[in-house]
Amino acid sequence: MSEINVIALSERAYRIRRNALQMGEVQGQGYVGQALGVADVLAVAYFHSLKLRPEDPKWEQRDRFLLSIGHYAIALYAVLIEAGVIPQEELESYGSDDSRLPMSGMATYTPGMEITGGSLGHGLGIAVGMCLGLKQKKSASFVYNLLSDGELDEGSTWEAALSASHWGLDNLIAMVDVNNQQADGPSSSVLGFEPLADKWTAFGWYVQRVNGNDLGALVTAFDNARAHTGARPRMIICDTLMGKGVPFLETREKNHFIRVDAEEWQLALKVLYKGEAA
Amino acid sequence: MIASLAAEGQRTKPAPFGHALATLAETRRDIVGMTADLGKYTDLHIFGKAHPERYYQMGMAEQLLIMAAAGMAKEGFTPFATTYAVFAARRAYDFFCLAVAEENLNVKVVCALPGLTTGYGPSHQATDDLAIFRAMPNLTIVDPCDALDIEQAVPAIAAHNGPVYMRLLRGNVPLVLDEYDYKFELGKAKLLRDGRDALIISSGFMTMRALETADLLRADNVQVGVLHAPTIKPLDEETILREAGKNGRMVIVAENHSVIGGLGEAVASLLMRAGVRPSSFHQIALPDAFLDAGALPTLHDRYGISSAVMATRIKSWL
Repeated sequence: MSEINVIALSERAYRIRRNALQMGEVQGQGYVGQALGVADVLAVAYFHSLKLRPEDPKWEQRDRFLLSIGHYAIALYAVLIEAGVIPQEELESYGSDDSRLPMSGMATYTPGMEITGGSLGHGLGIAVGMCLGLKQKKSASFVYNLLSDGELDEGSTWEAALSASHWGLDNLIAMVDVNNQQADGPSSSVLGFEPLADKWTAFGWYVQRVNGNDLGALVTAFDNARAHTGARPRMIICDTLMGKGVPFLETREKNHFIRVDAEEWQLALKVLYKGEAA
Repeated sequence: MIASLAAEGQRTKPAPFGHALATLAETRRDIVGMTADLGKYTDLHIFGKAHPERYYQMGMAEQLLIMAAAGMAKEGFTPFATTYAVFAARRAYDFFCLAVAEENLNVKVVCALPGLTTGYGPSHQATDDLAIFRAMPNLTIVDPCDALDIEQAVPAIAAHNGPVYMRLLRGNVPLVLDEYDYKFELGKAKLLRDGRDALIISSGFMTMRALETADLLRADNVQVGVLHAPTIKPLDEETILREAGKNGRMVIVAENHSVIGGLGEAVASLLMRAGVRPSSFHQIALPDAFLDAGALPTLHDRYGISSAVMATRIKSWL
């Protein structure tokens, strides 16, 4: 679908993970567990499904990608760098003073960052407004919104979920990254959210649930989401593994914010590379 | 009468906001109207009837209303989003602040029942909205006086590039400013009448009360000037300082808002910073309290924002 889909998605996902780890190393911290987990979803979104022009992030005909989880900014920067929206050399500036890549995603700072997230539960409602606006303009563009399972705690998300089906927003594709981790522990114990597919279905959405680290399954799900003919918003629930691709981070006792010791960044990059080669 | 701002026999105009927006939208194709289950109660239904294809009923979901308005603005539209002031200020603040103001989006939030304009009690009385919104960066705040002010403010705020919060008087709205040489200009305060003894600086319908008060006091040979400051933020500092500094006269700020954090405190801090010293400074405002339910005229007397009570208090300060 995309003009820039010339490199294998697995290679894209690897580079997204590498970019994220390198940025994490710059600051010694960052939401790298989430970035590693969601890298496959982002690879398929940006290099298979989304219509965009990297050299023109404001291109009117683009599909919009809203990151309502501002905490995942490091993951989105990683994919925007890989897509060529942000120059590779800016990676070194991550989280630094006067950088265009602040620790939490800000639309006013970063090309390709469509909204300011961080205060959770904003993305889906803004997506509803953008979808209504696109329909008013008779635009064929889609709005994608990446949510997290923790974000489902926010009531505003459910206001938006009701509204999206009420308005029959068939130009809306939302993804929930289910890694079952949020600030105070496993999302399911902080505030139970299952059965998730049933909930969205009951809200009037076309729902798919996939292994968010299975590129083939993701490609099919994203294709189905665009091709679905019902006048309904589309949801792809993506079950992902925090730290995916770096085994010693995958198995680390999971906190919302993974601790990575100074000497481990290079080790993580090495392990990631080996996994890719194997 | 229980809920009306207009005195019996006072001239009024119906739904000035709805009519002004519908008219403006004839030439401004980017204007859309959005509401959270209060279209009929914010006069937006007038716009909705005129432009049904640009009217969005978002349901009783104020967070969504503001987020969706942000999304609309990001797609190049100029949404006028309406609800009650309490819900915009208290419930949707985070969404207004981050989704709209941080990006300086072109969203106009227009809210009925500002301050003490209903007797329904604290659930509906937005006595704190100005205090809440004044601290929001990028936000312009407008508090019009009457039907004429509202009609003229609508195109003015639509022409302004950035978020605006406007307090709304709805239904049959009093008409008073047409008797003065007045035109609404965003960011400008206007001297409606001059007076050597005292100056009332006011916004919203309290300017109407200030004019009535000045008439009452003239009978006692007390000369009261009235400076209408419908733009609460940014304040017209130049005009306020010039008028408040004249003859060292008493300065009174009259507002339909809590004594905390509204126009009164904004003017007080401005005068202090600029070193302008009136002979004395007073606030006519609602108390720092959750107000009673009841009939509006009763409540306006009880809380000191009726012209009769204002006149008595001002005389006691002279």
